[in-house]
Amino acid sequence: MAYLLQFFILLPIVGYGISLVVPRSKEDIISWSAFATVGAHLIFFQIFLVYWLFHGYPTLDYKELVIFRTTDYEFFVDFYFDKVTAVYLLVGSFLTFLVTIYSRYYMHREPGYKRFFNTILFFYVGYNVVIFSGNMETLFIGWEILGVSSFLLIAFYRDRYLPVKNAVKVFSIYRIGDVGLILAMWMAHHLFHENITFLKLNNYELVHGHLQNHTWIGIFISLMILLSAAAKSAQFPFSSWLPRAMEGPTPSSAIFYGSLSVHLGVFVLFRTFPFWDHQLSVRIIIALVGLVSSIIATGIARVQSSVKSQIAYASIAQIGLIFIELAAGLEDLALIHFAGNAFLRTYQLLVSPSVVSYLIREQFYNFIPRPQTIEDSFPKRMEYTLYMLCLKEWNLDTLMYRYLWNPLKMTGRKLNFLTLKRVIYFLIPIYLIGLFSVYNREIVPDQIKVYLPYVFSLIALITVLKAFTERKHARVSWLLVVMNHFWVALAISFNEQFSFSQVHYYLSGVTIAGILGFLSLRWLKSHEGSIDLDQFHGHSYKHPKFAVVFLLACLGVSGFPISPTFIGEDLIFTHIHEDQPMLALIVSLTFIIDGLAIIRMYARLFLGPHVKSIYEMAYRSS
Amino acid sequence: MKTNTSTIFNEHHLIHELKHYLPAQAPLKDFIHHNTLHGFQNLKFNKAIYSASAIFGYRVSLSLAEYRAHYQSGRINQVILAKVIAQRKGPDLVGEWKDKLVNNQYHKDSPRIGSLRSNWKKHYHLDLDSQVHPLLFRILCSYLDQGISMWNFPIGNKGFLTAIREIEKGSFTSFFKTKRAKDLLISEHCGIQSLLKILLGHDEKLYDQYVFDQQFSHQGWSGMVATVEDQPQTLLDHKKITLHDLIIFELLLEIDAIDSHFGEEWLPLEQVIKDRPVELFAEIPVTELDEVTSLWQDAFEWSYYDEVLAGLKETKQEARIDKPSFQAMFCIDDRECSLRRYLEHEDPSCETFGTPGFFGVEFYFQPDHGKFYTKLCPAPVNPKFLIKEVGVTKKNEKDAYFTKHSHSLFRGWMITQTLGFWSALRLFINIFKPSMGPATASSFKHMDQYSKLIIENTKPDHRENDLQVGFTIEEMADRVEGLLRSIGLIKNFSNLVYVVGHGSSSVNNPHFAAYDCGACSGRAGSVNSRVVCHMANHLEVRAILRSRGLMIPDETQFVGGLHDTTRDEMMFFDLIALTAKNIELHTKTEHVFREALDLNAKERSRRFESINSHLSAKRIHEKIRIRSVSLFEPRPELNHATNSLCIVGRRDLTRHLFLDRRSFLNSYDYATDLDGKLLLGIIRPLGPVCGGINLEYFFSRVDNQKLGAGTKLPHNVMGLFGVANGIDGDLRPGLPSQMIEVHDPVRLLIVVEHFPDVVLQVIQKQPETYEWFINNWVHLVAINPETRELSVFNEGEFLLYQPIKEHVEVAADLVSVIESHDENLPVYSIS
Repeated sequence: MAYLLQFFILLPIVGYGISLVVPRSKEDIISWSAFATVGAHLIFFQIFLVYWLFHGYPTLDYKELVIFRTTDYEFFVDFYFDKVTAVYLLVGSFLTFLVTIYSRYYMHREPGYKRFFNTILFFYVGYNVVIFSGNMETLFIGWEILGVSSFLLIAFYRDRYLPVKNAVKVFSIYRIGDVGLILAMWMAHHLFHENITFLKLNNYELVHGHLQNHTWIGIFISLMILLSAAAKSAQFPFSSWLPRAMEGPTPSSAIFYGSLSVHLGVFVLFRTFPFWDHQLSVRIIIALVGLVSSIIATGIARVQSSVKSQIAYASIAQIGLIFIELAAGLEDLALIHFAGNAFLRTYQLLVSPSVVSYLIREQFYNFIPRPQTIEDSFPKRMEYTLYMLCLKEWNLDTLMYRYLWNPLKMTGRKLNFLTLKRVIYFLIPIYLIGLFSVYNREIVPDQIKVYLPYVFSLIALITVLKAFTERKHARVSWLLVVMNHFWVALAISFNEQFSFSQVHYYLSGVTIAGILGFLSLRWLKSHEGSIDLDQFHGHSYKHPKFAVVFLLACLGVSGFPISPTFIGEDLIFTHIHEDQPMLALIVSLTFIIDGLAIIRMYARLFLGPHVKSIYEMAYRSS
Repeated sequence: MKTNTSTIFNEHHLIHELKHYLPAQAPLKDFIHHNTLHGFQNLKFNKAIYSASAIFGYRVSLSLAEYRAHYQSGRINQVILAKVIAQRKGPDLVGEWKDKLVNNQYHKDSPRIGSLRSNWKKHYHLDLDSQVHPLLFRILCSYLDQGISMWNFPIGNKGFLTAIREIEKGSFTSFFKTKRAKDLLISEHCGIQSLLKILLGHDEKLYDQYVFDQQFSHQGWSGMVATVEDQPQTLLDHKKITLHDLIIFELLLEIDAIDSHFGEEWLPLEQVIKDRPVELFAEIPVTELDEVTSLWQDAFEWSYYDEVLAGLKETKQEARIDKPSFQAMFCIDDRECSLRRYLEHEDPSCETFGTPGFFGVEFYFQPDHGKFYTKLCPAPVNPKFLIKEVGVTKKNEKDAYFTKHSHSLFRGWMITQTLGFWSALRLFINIFKPSMGPATASSFKHMDQYSKLIIENTKPDHRENDLQVGFTIEEMADRVEGLLRSIGLIKNFSNLVYVVGHGSSSVNNPHFAAYDCGACSGRAGSVNSRVVCHMANHLEVRAILRSRGLMIPDETQFVGGLHDTTRDEMMFFDLIALTAKNIELHTKTEHVFREALDLNAKERSRRFESINSHLSAKRIHEKIRIRSVSLFEPRPELNHATNSLCIVGRRDLTRHLFLDRRSFLNSYDYATDLDGKLLLGIIRPLGPVCGGINLEYFFSRVDNQKLGAGTKLPHNVMGLFGVANGIDGDLRPGLPSQMIEVHDPVRLLIVVEHFPDVVLQVIQKQPETYEWFINNWVHLVAINPETRELSVFNEGEFLLYQPIKEHVEVAADLVSVIESHDENLPVYSIS
């Protein structure tokens, strides 16, 4: 039975492939390909479900393929199926199916009709990879697909400023979630000495045995998982991204941000439940995050005066409760709650435009001037303070800026002295020296060798920070982003003795994508003149196809699962020891910022209002 | 345009000017079409639109590429293009200009607006908009909110700035990040001028321009505030807010944002900018691009007008039937144009009329159990009467999905686990079998079909809130007489005279009010039709009319009705009062109506991709009905799209023509009004109502991003009064792209059947009416009722016009044309 699982992944991938090659003008075929794919998936699942239930609903695990193997490392794709997958699939396929039909008419004549259905199917691929994943690595593949497809859906109206800005914002929060997963994977690898499957996590003796002597490692892994779950499910302190994601067409907001996407954080907790089940402190922290989120989000929902943001915050509050239920061990209740919340919010968002005629009529017949609310009984000062805090979303939106992005940018700006020339004259010789000594390790004294990984990873961090804050030259920024990976590779090469083939594996994808990206930028500059990064240029308006090419290059460089770099990143981390949290932190920071710098560059160059067509573009604030 | 020559800053003048140019769209429930560029209406059309473009950056015409494509396809007629160029540039230069039109490439300078304020970004690297807008919009929306939030703005009855001040004073936290701005607010030392001095320095010349830059960076919100300030009744839950308060608060937020970056020591803008920007309203030079586009636009318009006029010239005088089988009065609305054609087609002995859909009765309406009044007449009219509905037993249906309980924590927990699952089923049903629900905005819900209306005023002191409840007999007679005389229905009455208002039904449509009757202030016309019929059937009213020489036979009865333009359904009122004979007649006519409605639905379906127009009329009609209640259908109907004509005259003028639902039709018989007394009453509202509709479609079409609302698919409802994209965007006034995409931007051509000198004299009576014509915001043609000669109004006089097209094509088989075309059709002769 387990071998059937791979078809659940294969089917959407095939559908996605078909939808890519249909000509843009054929609305019918495009929507039909999406509708047929998801419909077939739904039917296949129904049959499978009956079969599965009939056989006493066993937990299934299927090792799909091993992508990379060394003596002590194996990167493999693994699929898994249990009741959690079943419920997530039921909700996901049912809602996606309805929404594809809905969008078929709704999106009629919209520029980007094809792009919309492509992205939905791409999202659906990612969703299925996540819910069928049998280990963290597979889950991470799906996770990355979801991140990129979310970015593309939020920035669907790519000629306007706000969707693009918010898409970048949401992506940056997702990136934090990604690193949570990377670090969890890194530590888990050291804990279990293998890429452990979720199936094995159910083995109490195994997990308990490993955790007994490594309590802190267990807590670290759990907290990293919680970090990525909270980011993805818009829990405290990441809540403010969810309402801002409601920039695309209403049906896409409805299923992704109303239901499927936001509940994936919860899914990760479901999956890893056996791991943190016996760590009381972790359970308390999860419950607390849920509690704080639900209280704060309820308050914010109460003051929202726009329909979609109200639904978003109400949904966050319910997800907070689901966190609590899960922390309390009420798995089944949490599953039911998830399904109910997903259905309800999707429906509410889809009918949200009706709210005007409905509520105005209600108001016309039942108007009560200023109805009393519970807050009226508070002391005035308390009432005003709470109201203002809720209206300002407890500053959650600015929090990220103030404590994370702004300090990074500030540091980056201090690096303004790094011009293209200096980068070449200064950094490249150092790199060559580094490279030489890697191949001739014996010449480097041991006392120095210990520090070299830190030194080189710090240089990596500096290059990527500089890339992130570069305002003028896109190509400098791009070179720095690409170089970052080389520095990381150099740093790790000093950390542990391992086969160079792994490094080559890691860098091969970066190199190819890097060259492709650099050539693209040169082409763009020769055709469009200045390509600074100080503003949005919106070049996809005139060069939509070219934008896709550059996007692919971006994905390649940022370690998206289309190039070997993706596995390379995971591989690199296995060579950071569990007693080197500092090194892990630096390297993971470079990965976060690297992704951000790349997506920022893509957004600035290709998205936003087209600079050369002022009269055709919308106002910035609209 | 007023250029700012005065150097001294004048706050009142500034706010007055701002309001003049800001969008004037009222909250959604009162969506009424108007000229989007009303601020420029005192200028000639071309001057006005190119000024608006140069100042505010609007697109005001099709792109050159679009015109050229129309020229290629023949929609812009070569001969007419040459004629237009010859008229404007002289016959010698036709070749030269034609070459420019077809081949030249042009570049357009950046608009003036925003150039002063952009210096913050240029010199301080500070993006003020992104620092200020999200919070400002959020606070504004919460303050104005009509019922989305569960916890309202704590101080709602005191005026915007006072409320903010009070909440700032009595709170542990603040909307401001720094101290100075907060102190300024609380100390009340914050006039616009003193705040501008902090930001800009001493040079008062810059002040006006800065505030314009600032307010036009979010013209949607500013426009809403200005509208609510001037018309507080457009929000049911009244809010005290002024543009003045908004400007002050925004200036404070700007100071706060700058302070938070640079402390309190930074140089005002005056001292850092190098070049003064061009003054906003300084003289605008005419560019060659402007001239080229205006020539294209004229050629585009006249290519269409010419065939219409050719068709009108071919009028056949038909013998008047002594007693038509029935008579039916409709709104002048362009959507009724085809229904009337089908009625006459199904029953050639009937007679139809068009007149503004409030049927000459102006009043406020209070539905049973309603807590407010609704105005049911054109927006500028202020009625003195109130019509009350009584005896409604049906309750409004509720929909649990809109309950706010689902947004609270614990009830939300219950609801997600119960109703949540039910919503999966609801969604499924809604997608596969759409049906009418409580969330649908339905025209038939406007008034209960079986309720009673208090129409007659028996005691003069029966008043409510300064309004007289009902009309006296005398007042009724005046209105009925006015209505009948204006459309020329003064003899040959049938047994049944229908008076049919119109409304629409849609779901998931925040712009629902734009689909209803404009003459009834964006509501359905059902109450008006019922009221006027009651009046006309009143025996005492008939007696007065008889004394005034208007003989309505006793067997004649007026029947009120409502046509739902989305669903193509019809409802009749008070049938119980009909005599036995008339009931019999009505049964027959009802059948005619039903057939006509099916055919009308079929004709409409040619524009709808999802409906196969080859199907039978009945099947198509069924699909049209489903379409109107489908959640996923952003185009329940196309509303006024493609409107371009307004014909004032007898039905004989147009009865033989296929006008493709593009014409407003106002019945009028010159023979009963030789001196044009009644004509004034007819022409006066044509500019603001029909011209307003036409220009709103025009500008929303040519610049859907800045003058329209953009695509409606991502719209988010803000506070029940507006829509925005996402959660922190500007309000989007104007029409969404789904409403205008098939519209051809041509100005309204008004054709009046009367002698040119009479028409000229009538339009010159009132300056505000004359402005529409003399400034070319609408075109005017008079058609001589005796000689059939056409004269075009041009710069204050009528000039003879000979259509280039000699005959319009005869459509032998209209059905097959309808089944096979989805684009705008030419004018056909159909008889």
